[in-house]
Amino acid sequence: MIQAAEGGSGILFPIWQEIVIGAVAFGLLCFVLAKFVFPRMEKTFEARVDAIEGGIERAERAQEEANQTLEEYRRKLASAQDEAAAIRDEARADAVAAKEEILVSAREEANRIIAAGHANVEASRQQLIRELRGEVGNLAVDLAGKIIGQRLAGEAATEQTVDQFLAQLSDDSASEASGAR
Amino acid sequence: MTDSAQVLAAGSHFPPGIDSFNFRDWFTGLSDTALANVFTTLTFSVWLSVAILIVFFLWAYRKPQIVPTKRQWLAESAYGFIRNSVSIDLLGKQAGVRFAPYLTTMFLFILVMNFWAVVPGVQISPNSHIAFPATMGIIAWLVYNWVGIKKHGFVRYLKITCIPPGSPVFILPLLIPLEFLQNILLRPVTLALRLFANMFAGHLILLVFTLGGFVLLNSENLFIQSVSVLSWALTIAMTFFELIVIVLQAYVFTLLTGMYIQGSLVDEH
Repeated sequence: MIQAAEGGSGILFPIWQEIVIGAVAFGLLCFVLAKFVFPRMEKTFEARVDAIEGGIERAERAQEEANQTLEEYRRKLASAQDEAAAIRDEARADAVAAKEEILVSAREEANRIIAAGHANVEASRQQLIRELRGEVGNLAVDLAGKIIGQRLAGEAATEQTVDQFLAQLSDDSASEASGAR
Repeated sequence: MTDSAQVLAAGSHFPPGIDSFNFRDWFTGLSDTALANVFTTLTFSVWLSVAILIVFFLWAYRKPQIVPTKRQWLAESAYGFIRNSVSIDLLGKQAGVRFAPYLTTMFLFILVMNFWAVVPGVQISPNSHIAFPATMGIIAWLVYNWVGIKKHGFVRYLKITCIPPGSPVFILPLLIPLEFLQNILLRPVTLALRLFANMFAGHLILLVFTLGGFVLLNSENLFIQSVSVLSWALTIAMTFFELIVIVLQAYVFTLLTGMYIQGSLVDEH
């Protein structure tokens, strides 16, 4: 077994070369890790904390925004409902007015038709009266002829003739009126 | 490659002794020069440990991201473990972050060096030579004393370290030398010895069961020969046991160093 110049085994008496190697190796490792790795890890940890806290902040902001939007929508909805109610009321008023108008015009039409009917009836009546007058005239002439023809027959007979004529006339006019209708 | 491997192949030289921990120089011409012991399996595994750690961390942390990849996560959790559960726990947030790189590097260095104790073909840790644990112990000693002196000044640091708070005056003559011995002189020694002894014993136990198996196999008696299987099974079992020791000792070394630094940083009582 070859052992170092220090003589002793490397077990309890440290071999100085090994101490140097251990120190250099550890120093190198420490240098590289502490310079290039661990500071970047710390930065990453910080970035991570930032990201999480930033995320919470963003979430809070988004929540607030959402609340605002909701509030706005609620307001809009309420105003829309008001508007709808107004429109409905207006429509109802319009409908009532239209109904009223229709009723009025219908009533006017009815009145007009009734008036036309009345006028018609009146015209028929006038015509009837006119025709009747002519008839009455003719009849009067007939009657007069008859009366004159019976002049001699006395006062009493004349009166009788007139009565007879009037009775005949009323019968005629009644039958004619029913015929004209 | 190693002497123990040769011993193992020869099937002789039982029980294993101190010789099993000696390593032949790779270049025999250097044995009588100052470069003796510089190129051995042990020093090679030290450099390889450093290389593995450096390459892994640089590679894993080439492009750090907020949401880590698997290897980035692995690298971060190695650092985060010592940083959070040792350094910051003991030293508080500010000093903890400051000392985390040192403590983590020490933990990883010792851990990987210990790990050679169970790597097939090597199966010996550099830490089973006192030189390497001693180096780590000396560095720890330098660090915690330096930190204490820097914070409190030399005299006040000695006072804080050697006089426990609230101790009665008449006991001080006894207490001060004891505390000085314990806190200033023996701490690096106990650190180094604890680690060294564990790794040394671990290697020795593996050797005992492995070589013992060969010795049993070489016996004339068939029954005794069959017992060698049991011996080798125990080698495997002890290897798993060794794994626990490897991690535990690296952790203990780091934790104690952290506690010593904590002791140096305490405010004056």
